[in-house]
Amino acid sequence: MTGTVTSGRDRLTRVTRHHLFWPVVALVALWVACGVVSPGFLDVKVVDGHLFGQLVDITRNSVTFLLLALGMCLVIATGGIDLSVGAVMAIALSVALTYIDESGDGERTSVALTAIGLALAVAAVVGAFNGFLVAGLGIQPFIATMIILVAGRGIALAFTSGQITTTHSAPFKSIGSGYVLGIPTPVVIGAAVFTVVALVVRRTALGMLLESIGINRTASHMAGVRSRNITWLVYVIAGVLAGLAGLVYGAPTMAADANNIGQLMELNAIMAVVIGGTKLDGGKFSLAGTIVGALILTTLDRAVIIFHLPSESKDLFKAVVVIAICIAGSERLREMTGLRRVPRLPGSPADAKVEVAA
Amino acid sequence: MSLTSDSPVVQMRGITVEFPGVRALDGVDLALRPGEVHALMGENGAGKSTLIKALTGVYAIDAGEIRVAGEPHRFHSTAEAQAAGIATVYQEVNLCPNLSVAENVMLGHEVRRGPFIDWRATRRKAAEHLARLNLTIDPGSQLGSHSIAVQQLCSIARAMVVDAKVLILDEPTSSLDKAEVAELFAVVRQLRDAGVAILFVSHFLEQVYEISDRMTVLRNGRFVGEYLTSELPRIELISKMLGRASDELAAIEAGAQRVAHDDERGTPLLTAVRLGRAGSIEPVDLELYEGEIVGFAGLLGSGRTELARLLYGADKPDEGELTVFGEQVRSATPLASLRSGLAYSTEDRKKEGIIADLTVRENIALAIQANRGIWRRIPAKELDEVVERYVTALNIQPPNPNMLIKNLSGGNQQKVLLARWLATSPRLIVLDEPTRGIDIGAKAEIQRLVVELASQGMGVVFISSELEEVLRLSHRLVVLRDREKVGELVNGPEITSSTVLETIAASGGDAA
Repeated sequence: MTGTVTSGRDRLTRVTRHHLFWPVVALVALWVACGVVSPGFLDVKVVDGHLFGQLVDITRNSVTFLLLALGMCLVIATGGIDLSVGAVMAIALSVALTYIDESGDGERTSVALTAIGLALAVAAVVGAFNGFLVAGLGIQPFIATMIILVAGRGIALAFTSGQITTTHSAPFKSIGSGYVLGIPTPVVIGAAVFTVVALVVRRTALGMLLESIGINRTASHMAGVRSRNITWLVYVIAGVLAGLAGLVYGAPTMAADANNIGQLMELNAIMAVVIGGTKLDGGKFSLAGTIVGALILTTLDRAVIIFHLPSESKDLFKAVVVIAICIAGSERLREMTGLRRVPRLPGSPADAKVEVAA
Repeated sequence: MSLTSDSPVVQMRGITVEFPGVRALDGVDLALRPGEVHALMGENGAGKSTLIKALTGVYAIDAGEIRVAGEPHRFHSTAEAQAAGIATVYQEVNLCPNLSVAENVMLGHEVRRGPFIDWRATRRKAAEHLARLNLTIDPGSQLGSHSIAVQQLCSIARAMVVDAKVLILDEPTSSLDKAEVAELFAVVRQLRDAGVAILFVSHFLEQVYEISDRMTVLRNGRFVGEYLTSELPRIELISKMLGRASDELAAIEAGAQRVAHDDERGTPLLTAVRLGRAGSIEPVDLELYEGEIVGFAGLLGSGRTELARLLYGADKPDEGELTVFGEQVRSATPLASLRSGLAYSTEDRKKEGIIADLTVRENIALAIQANRGIWRRIPAKELDEVVERYVTALNIQPPNPNMLIKNLSGGNQQKVLLARWLATSPRLIVLDEPTRGIDIGAKAEIQRLVVELASQGMGVVFISSELEEVLRLSHRLVVLRDREKVGELVNGPEITSSTVLETIAASGGDAA
């Protein structure tokens, strides 16, 4: 082997071994497939000064997943899980719409802003409650956050007095269906939140401390890391982001359907995180991966329609794609197929391994 | 001396167990006689647990023979060993804490009526077995609701259900307090008198001398000898375990003599008054001074680590007072200790030290960053300087701060951890087994570093299983035994390994 060949192959190996390689490949493949089946899928047009097109729609719809997945990603980094995010979506939306409805003056921007503030505050309280159970009382995250998963919709129904509250507020509605400088407002919100979270996580020490807690909680504690406070903080962040996701998700329809909003969203969020290359056992995490994960999930929903798949096989299709991505990224599979070209001991070339495995 | 009283129920001869590249046991003999308590003695890694595992069928033996009641046996599983009447009670109770006492004791031996279990009869039977051990707890109660001591007795009861002829007790007393140990020993004696052969493994010398009739000593996987407990003084036992005659131990130290630290020591950095924690360490008085290296000497399980953890706030004391740098500590936590200038390097590098999947750089940064909190991130340039300084000063190999720490050798991981603590600029540092499991070169570097730190005025507590190492470095020695501080020695020419061992062996008043 000459030096150049090795280095070229090394570079290729580094790209294919990157945790985002297979998710990005899957996303691009899905888009190309959609573009082939439905010409014009990939077109982005400017109509009335607004961006239009399938990809724009997909990006807008992916923001709900993205917001949930960002919070989930941080929680998972600490070795936890947050099953409550779907219910928190419903709670936040119920709070906001009920406030607007009762104010009777939804068209005023100040009312809409207060509603948003109130909803996010309630979401933060719910997140703090989760954090208290997990970090304060040491209850397993799965169980602790299941409490809100189960009871959260009841809380939301209490805000709406058991009704599906529908109301009118143009300023509030615009956070779901408006545009800023031609870009859909949700996309702007998603981009802004991602930037803030990424900055906070990577520019402060939060990211490193989260990973250190997730990898070895005892050792982190012994090194003086305030693992409790940080864990708590992360659940609050996840709560607020879930609340925001609920507002963005529900704003276009302005209907607080507490029983249905955010159903199974916790699982979608977890899936987006996992597709994005973050392991569920905590430690290293990838925020950029969650964007890809959220986009893939949304694209799958759209692809089902474009491919004219019968609605009953829709979930199966999604499952198959997700499984394929996870399998493609599996370390063990790579070892078995010999794709993993780690330097081996002299005398045991990787090629011999392939023959054995084949 | 003649040791052939009555015929042994278990006779192991020439037992050899090999693992890839290591010979864990090399021709070891062991004979267990009915109605006797036999202690298995040796340092960590001497092969005690390997021998037990060979006897109970966990490991296959590569050479040698095992006879049970005169019949040659080869156990391929623990079930086979149990069927032959060999039962084991492990250090960590290996029962099901969420099942009832009766279910645990009778598991697999429930009283049946046709295909169904007769629970009432099963519980009654369990109660009978427990009563024989003077245990009058409700057999229907959940096992986990009882103390470790009671749970241990339950696992002994379980051994009795299967009618064990041989009972192996592996470190049964390590989590018991004194009263509970006495209770356990009463049961052990009762079983011994009923003709059960008991193999007792413990780090507590005192307990070994109290309960055992005979002992077998192992060292480095080899058989050293079998002795009657009454004929083997403690000091000789220790030197047999360590592998040196006691006067030879003294001779080695003659070369490493040092001048005692001067007496003008000023105010102490740390003062502990009657500081203790139940089940962990008996109340201790302690003073630590600037520029002084204090060695905690004692065998494994003597309470060295437990005391260190109390000082650092890794565990909470339940009595006594602790003053660090002139301030009384109300509730110590690792963070508070680090902020005040007290650092602790753990003996358990893997579990409590390294963050395996982070880089060397991040591992060094962790404690200083934790000190500053989340929001005040250490500027990259400042961190680079810190990392660079310690990678060079401690000669961390390879000198690549972006490598994951898990890919470094043990010695280099240890140096990275030292860098983590030193980067917090502590005034007092507690080093628990900083040289364990690392090669000679790294060991010497760390020892040199310790001396250098002290000469710069840092207070150092040095804990090591290697007595020579502690003696070579320390100005003063705190001697611990059975979770109690039993003495304090100012190091000097007249202090040798044997002086320390004598202090360990002779203290307690009832020494042999």
